[in-house]
Amino acid sequence: MSVMIQQSRKIPTRTVDTICAYCGTGCGIKAEVSEDLLEVQGHEQHPTNFGRLCSKGSNLNETMDSDARLLYPEVDGARVSWDSALESTATRIRKIIDEHGPDAFAIYCSGQLLTEDYYVANKLMKGFIGSANIDTNSRLCMSSTVAGHKRAFGSDTVPGCYEDLDHAELVILTGSNTAWCHPILFQRIKAAKEAHPGRKTVVIDPRRTATCDIADLHLPLKPGSDAYLFNGLLAYLAEHGAVNTSFVDSYCNGFDQALAEAKASCGSVALVAEHCGLTVDTVDTFYRWFLETEKTVTTFSQGINQSSSGSDKVNALINCHLATGRIGKPGMSPLSFTGQPNAMGGREVGGLANQLAGHMELDNEQHRDLVGRFWQTDNLAPEAGLKAVELFQAVDEGKVKAVWIIATNPVDSLPDADSVRDALESCELVIQSDCMDETDTTPFAHIRFPALGWGEKDGTLTNSERRISRQRAVYPRSGEAHADWWILSRVAQHLGFKDAFNYQHVGEVFDEHARLSAFENSEQAVLRDFNLSGLTGLSREQYEQLQPIQWPVLEATTGTERLFGDGVFFTPDRKANFIAVTPRLPENSASTDYPLVLNTGRIRDQWHTMTRTGLSPRLSAHLPEPFVEIHPQEADRYLLKEGSIAQLKSKWGSMLARVKITDSIGLGQLFVPMHWTAQFASQGRMGPLVNPVVDPISGQPESKHTPVAITPYQGKWYGFLLNRQRIDKSALETIEYRVRATGQEHHRYELADSSQEADWDKLQSLLGEAGELLEYRDSTQQIYRAARVADGRLQSVLIIAPTTKLPERDWLASLFAKEQLEEVERRQLLSGKPPAGAADTGPVVCACFGVGRNTILNAIEEQGLDTPEAVGCALKAGTNCGSCIPEIRQLLTD
Amino acid sequence: MAQTNTETNKTNSLPLKLVVIGNGMASIRTLEELLQAAPDAYKITVIGREPFGSYNRIMLSPMLAGETTQEEIMIHDRPWYEEQGIELLAGDEYEALHIDRSNHQVQLRNGDKINYDRILIATGADPIRLPVPGADAEGVLCFRGIRDVEAMLERSRDGQHAVVIGAGLLGLEAANGLVKRGMNVTVIHRARYPLNRQLDKEAAQLLQRELESRGIEFRLGVNTHSILTKPDDDGNQEVISLKLDSGEILPADMVVMATGIRPNIELAHNSGIECNHGILVNDCLQSFDPAIYAVGECVEHRAVTFGLVEPLFEQARVCANHLASHGVASYTYLKPATRLKVSGISLYSMGDYDLSPDKDGDDIELLTLKDFSAGIYKKLVIKENKLVGAVLYGDTVDGPWYHELMRDERDISRFRDGLIFGQEPEDAA
Repeated sequence: MSVMIQQSRKIPTRTVDTICAYCGTGCGIKAEVSEDLLEVQGHEQHPTNFGRLCSKGSNLNETMDSDARLLYPEVDGARVSWDSALESTATRIRKIIDEHGPDAFAIYCSGQLLTEDYYVANKLMKGFIGSANIDTNSRLCMSSTVAGHKRAFGSDTVPGCYEDLDHAELVILTGSNTAWCHPILFQRIKAAKEAHPGRKTVVIDPRRTATCDIADLHLPLKPGSDAYLFNGLLAYLAEHGAVNTSFVDSYCNGFDQALAEAKASCGSVALVAEHCGLTVDTVDTFYRWFLETEKTVTTFSQGINQSSSGSDKVNALINCHLATGRIGKPGMSPLSFTGQPNAMGGREVGGLANQLAGHMELDNEQHRDLVGRFWQTDNLAPEAGLKAVELFQAVDEGKVKAVWIIATNPVDSLPDADSVRDALESCELVIQSDCMDETDTTPFAHIRFPALGWGEKDGTLTNSERRISRQRAVYPRSGEAHADWWILSRVAQHLGFKDAFNYQHVGEVFDEHARLSAFENSEQAVLRDFNLSGLTGLSREQYEQLQPIQWPVLEATTGTERLFGDGVFFTPDRKANFIAVTPRLPENSASTDYPLVLNTGRIRDQWHTMTRTGLSPRLSAHLPEPFVEIHPQEADRYLLKEGSIAQLKSKWGSMLARVKITDSIGLGQLFVPMHWTAQFASQGRMGPLVNPVVDPISGQPESKHTPVAITPYQGKWYGFLLNRQRIDKSALETIEYRVRATGQEHHRYELADSSQEADWDKLQSLLGEAGELLEYRDSTQQIYRAARVADGRLQSVLIIAPTTKLPERDWLASLFAKEQLEEVERRQLLSGKPPAGAADTGPVVCACFGVGRNTILNAIEEQGLDTPEAVGCALKAGTNCGSCIPEIRQLLTD
Repeated sequence: MAQTNTETNKTNSLPLKLVVIGNGMASIRTLEELLQAAPDAYKITVIGREPFGSYNRIMLSPMLAGETTQEEIMIHDRPWYEEQGIELLAGDEYEALHIDRSNHQVQLRNGDKINYDRILIATGADPIRLPVPGADAEGVLCFRGIRDVEAMLERSRDGQHAVVIGAGLLGLEAANGLVKRGMNVTVIHRARYPLNRQLDKEAAQLLQRELESRGIEFRLGVNTHSILTKPDDDGNQEVISLKLDSGEILPADMVVMATGIRPNIELAHNSGIECNHGILVNDCLQSFDPAIYAVGECVEHRAVTFGLVEPLFEQARVCANHLASHGVASYTYLKPATRLKVSGISLYSMGDYDLSPDKDGDDIELLTLKDFSAGIYKKLVIKENKLVGAVLYGDTVDGPWYHELMRDERDISRFRDGLIFGQEPEDAA
């Protein structure tokens, strides 16, 4: 894969080892830059991916569009110097803190940040502003896992590693569409399975996702019923004598209570089957396989985490691994797959509102003392801060008056997202750091900082298996963009915290982070799982050359693959905790008004809110529009047709989505992708629908379960527009339904409106004035199609019809890559269909029978015709008025 | 009496005597069909006014434009008639003046009388000459036969300016030919746009634009006031210019009148055969005299007269069938499609192309495709899910298919969407 980079980025040829921008897998990338070309491929030596890359990573080069970048600092909509922006920011923050206290200020950041960025943000807030009002979008992602780990292990430690997937004989994927969301790990599981026949894979997911391709058993359980399943498993294991009593007795607490609760709620397979909406056989098979297979890895993801009882689900699952002693040993462990590239790094620095720093806790006096001394501050945040959902509620209530949003898009991703929008609208000071110029959060920002993007950033991040890797800059910064750690520390200095934030190089931040992790970290002092003592005091050169390594790192170059295999945990008594779980169903259940349950999630080729992947034509081709998956019977019930548009409504908001009918989803359920924003779709944001319900322990929202209603969208017209240039947003604003997607050398707009008839002339004006106009009209059927062609090159195509039965977009879209339209393509253009069999008949020779030059030439050639009469017999050409016979004769002579 | 004759001759196995009056495309096609169907049924005499074998009149336009020659457009030369055992009487002296139906004889200008058992009249049509002052001057021509082409070519050699009256098919073809022969040509026309009987305004404007780019000038929405003349050396009045009723005077070394044709029924009428605008024929192409058949531009069938070649060929087929005593064919008229024989211009119109919902009611539906820059315009007229008319300009490949759809009254609703693009799904047939 290679792509042109903007001129200004011309730099000498070089190869850079770095890390992918996307999910928590953390794949190594070899990026080759030569002049203005960037080539990206999987790094063969990286222990995560061994050279492989998924579709998103492979197309990183298509997302480097400088036009979309935020390049200069802005204050109140005007470009300003960095000094001026930093000073304004500090002044305004200071004023709010002085008037309303430190808790009136908050930072909402992101798992997209590198560890060093994250570290500085957290230090600034919790150490010097003196408030813990810093939370992150990791709250939406895996905070339930953090809570579950801490309750069970006394620390937020991932016990296993990816290599366990190579050894495991049973891999359970629960609440994880691994095939689409962690494709490289999926490939790894698949490869191991293929190499070792007899290994089994179980997929637990209400939907029959692409991941089920490798499933020997799929449990399409009732949404939210996971805790019943794992409680039932614990009871089953006990009942069948499969509990590793020596491990439990020696290394664990709380087994009896947990088992009692499990038995009470899920004492029999039949009961579990009923709770989960599964057959007894299915449940029984799953339990039996678990029981029989020592080497079992259970991977889990948002399907477990995004729940009002997410923490309990995590613990119900971990309980089963503790009960069997299958933890931290090769091929056996619970293994959380994180969503974001640096969700783990964020956890390590303490980026969540209820953490302190370096896996230490705000409410632990020893920890507070240690960190306070290390940071040399006496202004540590006194207590836990506001978690994401609460934080924006506090903004709405005016308790938080200034919020700094870094590398995330809460207007789209948080539950009840329209309320978040309203909250920001009324917020006194919104600061935004982003690499992209236009996001849904942008309109509310008073101050905007241009941040470095992937390819420019430099630092470290940690993947799902605790592996710290260096992400390195591939080319120089765009415009005046700066690293987030730089922006944060400069603001800190302007706020008066000069010495504590006097970093000159990113390596200095890493070193401080490593030293904090090692600071008084021992059995005798304050023991913590997170320890980078082996990575302290690195020289610039050593930091630059740092190779991927799994923490804890007690000695340089020696990482740690697994923890807890020895039964020693990080609780005060060093024993693991069973957690007694009382299964709870999702907080809001389906009702008469909202009879269906909405599930949300990722799709294969998009990432988060599409600020990057939405720029790539290749990635936008697979699923170019927000859609809703619905079971055929439900589609019948709600009068929805494949390819039509549906309106989804919940108590909190609504959205429009294209209907995809599939029996891969169960009755009573719907699924929508999480990615679309107002930048791409007028009403395709799923955030506004999602119920603002959170797990009481982790604060993670229940994004996978919201009661909704669905109705057909009654468009007066439907259509699409393909245009070589991006169309000015304001020109489309009056159209109710609109979705933009990036295509090869064009932009695609799906359009519809239910409020007014299509105004053909007005719609035609969207095509601009340049080039030659082609038009097709069928007034009775209300079909209008138009196109513009300039210098033989397709510029735009518009298709309008009263129904969703529109031509396929593919062929039309493919024409934009052509330098010149062929004549036959131009003639068929407005049919939307390619010429049949590429039968280009050529210019008409016989007008009476419509026989073209090429047809005649072909017939002469193929049938060996030698007289005009023979041509007449074969094709009828020339047999009526005969005026073309001379031309036919000429063709015969030629 | 005719009946008696037939029976007599049949029993004697003697061929009947068929006299064909007219040596044009309609009569020759009828003969060809007849010779194939019943080669020995008749002894045939063909009477032609022009002193040639038969030629393809349609090709006169290309001939005028210099795209083909007289030899190329001949259908049959004299030896062909001999080979077929046909007696050919070609030339003015053989003009048929009268049919003596009582005695079954045709009287010729040279005084000869020929007997007949059957007659086929195919006397064609004559161009209409406008009754304006100067219309009979030297240099005022029509565009009908080889002689007209010769006269035009003769005048184009020395003359500079030609005025063509009438922007119908023939007028435009003449104008195109004369431009190609190096003349400055102006076409004057009563209507607001050319080919107003065959095209709608959009197509006509595209056509006009194309013809203008080839050097033809237009004066539209005008009438001829008079043709101005001066005496030549021989004292004949010679055309010098044409005056429009607007007062504008157009210089003219030649005026071509292309203002329509009138069926040539003089012979039939004078011979007491029932005529209206044309010779009245039934579905067997038989006139009111059962021994006399008629085909081509001279006939009137169910109130329709003819000017294009396609219906003539169909008439020829039916008529030959009856002349051959097969008696199974019946002529039905299908309004033919229009084409213009001007090279490089594709144009096709058919049926009720000019209907519109605005003036003809809501059951009229229009499909249009415009790519004016590429010189393409298409309009299809739909009524009750059937194609009832079309205008195609610039891309006429699908014309014949549309004609079939219209003729067969196919329901097009299943493939309406691709119709204008020539797309018929395989399963729609």
